[in-house]
Amino acid sequence: MLGESSIQPEWLSEEVKTGTTIIAIGYEGGVVLGSDSRVSAGASVVNRVMNKLSPLHDKIYCALSGSAADAQTIAEIVNYQLDVHSIEVGEDPLVRSAATLVKNISYKYKEELSAHLIVAGWDRRAGGQVYVTLDGLLSMQPFAVGGSGSSYIYGFVDAEYRKGMTKKESQEFVVNALTLAMGRDGSSGGVAYLVTIDQEGAVERCIPGNELPTFFDQ
Amino acid sequence: TMEERPNHQYKGVSTGTTILAVQFNGGVIIASDSRASMGGSYVSSKIINKLIQVHDRIFCCIAGSLADAQAVTKMAKFQLSFHSIQMESPPLVKAAASVLKELCYNNREDLQAGFITAGWDKKKGAQVYTVSMGGMLISQPFTIGGSGSTYIYGYADAKYKPDMSREECLQFTTNALALAIGRDNVSGGVAHLVVITEDGVEHVLIPGDKLPKFHDE
Repeated sequence: MLGESSIQPEWLSEEVKTGTTIIAIGYEGGVVLGSDSRVSAGASVVNRVMNKLSPLHDKIYCALSGSAADAQTIAEIVNYQLDVHSIEVGEDPLVRSAATLVKNISYKYKEELSAHLIVAGWDRRAGGQVYVTLDGLLSMQPFAVGGSGSSYIYGFVDAEYRKGMTKKESQEFVVNALTLAMGRDGSSGGVAYLVTIDQEGAVERCIPGNELPTFFDQ
Repeated sequence: TMEERPNHQYKGVSTGTTILAVQFNGGVIIASDSRASMGGSYVSSKIINKLIQVHDRIFCCIAGSLADAQAVTKMAKFQLSFHSIQMESPPLVKAAASVLKELCYNNREDLQAGFITAGWDKKKGAQVYTVSMGGMLISQPFTIGGSGSTYIYGYADAKYKPDMSREECLQFTTNALALAIGRDNVSGGVAHLVVITEDGVEHVLIPGDKLPKFHDE
């Protein structure tokens, strides 16, 4: 429109957040991580296909949420620190080590950063593990959810989680939880990314929106 | 974790709460928790009843400022009883919801209360209506509200089925309340459920320790 060409679009001045849904769950022999793919700046979606599951090592991944820049930077730094660490000890790093490195950064810079990473993976000592590092705490949990969309699925994951699920059941659990959250959270959406990590390695998968499960109102 | 928590400044006692209403085959269940809190850290009542009977087969439940909600429901009860005398028949559930909506919309600047209305009438059977805080009125097969409802959107979306039996609906509603109470610190206490059918109204009260438990309890 005439006269409005000098006004910048709103999204250029908004902070880019991954306003997101992330989830990680441990099963007998490994872990499954899942995330949506939406990155928003205010009301605009600036990336609809971002993979928020970032590798920290061969069998350790982290899921990013909060400020996109902060989360990516933490993941990159920890990726480097883990490489150095695994050369020093001469073997694959423990998941707890990776989580501790993330926690150290999150805690030291907690005033400046606003990102929450869930760290999950497989190691020889303790098998599949999931750690939360919110606000600089370190806590191992059977499963974890995070991001803005997670509020809507607390009830669902509380009701549906059972100990001792198989790999397939865990993958279904993650896909259902992600779908429900994406259905209610405006800041989550797009496709679902899954990573399954076990003794063999990490397998990534992308599920497009139209192949996600549907519920009663669709 | 929630990135953006809406900042509701309630006047006085707030019902930070979980409320829901669900249709089943032949009736409707309306349910709520029983906690009233002030400022999010003091529980001013452990056993408050948030299910208000506005007519024989019509109930509504309140979320938001308790004072506003009580004032509005008192007015609505009066208007509805007058209306049913004039019409010489029980009011429609939609009429009850409309009365609440008029009050909420016309006074939207001053009020901070939202309602769920559920009931049974001869014309359309069991129905559930939501009147939001600004005065929007919509009809849904089921609806959830209050601060605790955020945590059970996923559960409700996944588990609701149309045309449930009375038992299935009771189970669904009780589970949903228990899950929300488990995650929301301003919801709690006992679970109040009211089952409304053509034949009448049945109150079910489930004390906190008898609510269903989940994997980590």
